[in-house]
Amino acid sequence: MPDALAERPSALQLFLIFARIGLTSFGGGLSGWMLREFVQRRRLMSEEDFLNGLSIAQALPGVNVTNMAIWIGYKLGGRGGAIACWLGIVVPAAIVIVLLGTAFAWLGNYAVTHVALGGAASAAIGLSLAMGLTAARRVPRRVFPLAIMAATFFAVAILKWPLLWTVLGAGSLSVAVTYYRG
Amino acid sequence: MPNLPLSILAVFLPLSLVTIGGGQSAIADMHRQIVDVHHWLSAAQFVDAFAIARLAPGPGSLLATLIGWQIAGFWGALAATVGIFGPTAFLIYGVAHIWSRYEGARLLRALEKGLRPVAAGMILAASYVLIQSLDGGWLARGTALVSTALLMLTPVNPLLLIASGAGCFVGLHMLALI
Repeated sequence: MPDALAERPSALQLFLIFARIGLTSFGGGLSGWMLREFVQRRRLMSEEDFLNGLSIAQALPGVNVTNMAIWIGYKLGGRGGAIACWLGIVVPAAIVIVLLGTAFAWLGNYAVTHVALGGAASAAIGLSLAMGLTAARRVPRRVFPLAIMAATFFAVAILKWPLLWTVLGAGSLSVAVTYYRG
Repeated sequence: MPNLPLSILAVFLPLSLVTIGGGQSAIADMHRQIVDVHHWLSAAQFVDAFAIARLAPGPGSLLATLIGWQIAGFWGALAATVGIFGPTAFLIYGVAHIWSRYEGARLLRALEKGLRPVAAGMILAASYVLIQSLDGGWLARGTALVSTALLMLTPVNPLLLIASGAGCFVGLHMLALI
């Protein structure tokens, strides 16, 4: 290994790093931040290890950020490290969101609060739609993947089928076909 | 209902495993179960919670925590959080554990490429369901579309965009236009 990696951090340090990432991350774009923190600045893991983890975190179900936290935590500190990183990314941000929700509930007596949240939600749906369109753009322009995408949309949005069965069905079919094509 | 937190847990546990490509994909089903099946929140409350979750820092799936809190307080929040994050946490932990022993490259590629269209379909479905729950009519829908275009075409800061959406609506409200 050309670059010697730095000494391994303690579970508490891992918790604090991820707490900071969790509390300062708004609206995504976290993987670049983590790469900077763990690979470039602190030299805690190699870039290859990091990128391997990132593609697994994206392929497996689960939030990419929390998946990545567990992957990094496990690499750097085994079971304790994984738990520390997971708690770090989830717990402080969970407390903040509950406080924020409570604050908005108090403000809910004013009609203007609901109007403001309506405006915020309308703009925020743009985030969801933009992400959906970006994801759709990355789908290969072939009949089979496009049909899977359309069928998933139709089953979930129009037929309102339970997501679990839709994903198990469409997902395993799609993964199997992709796997055997090589 | 004494076992409300348990019912919440039962709703979110399976949802955890279908959050492919991030929490966005599960929102359509969360909406279906919370609003349509269990009537725990109204569609308007759900959209409010969605907006708050987007304004807050941290993983977007903390929407589940907020919803759990609103339905059943602390235990509801805990149940929803454990439900939405728990199963996938064990899954990635298990994969990290055995990764060193297996050369999983081909299966991994198939997983990633194969799940792409499914994730895209789910996220588009989530947007569709959310747009349908908006009250505020064409103004709200128009705002959602303008916001989408801005996000895709410019490097605008999402938080600023959401705040501007809120500001716009409040401004129009004060002018008594909506």
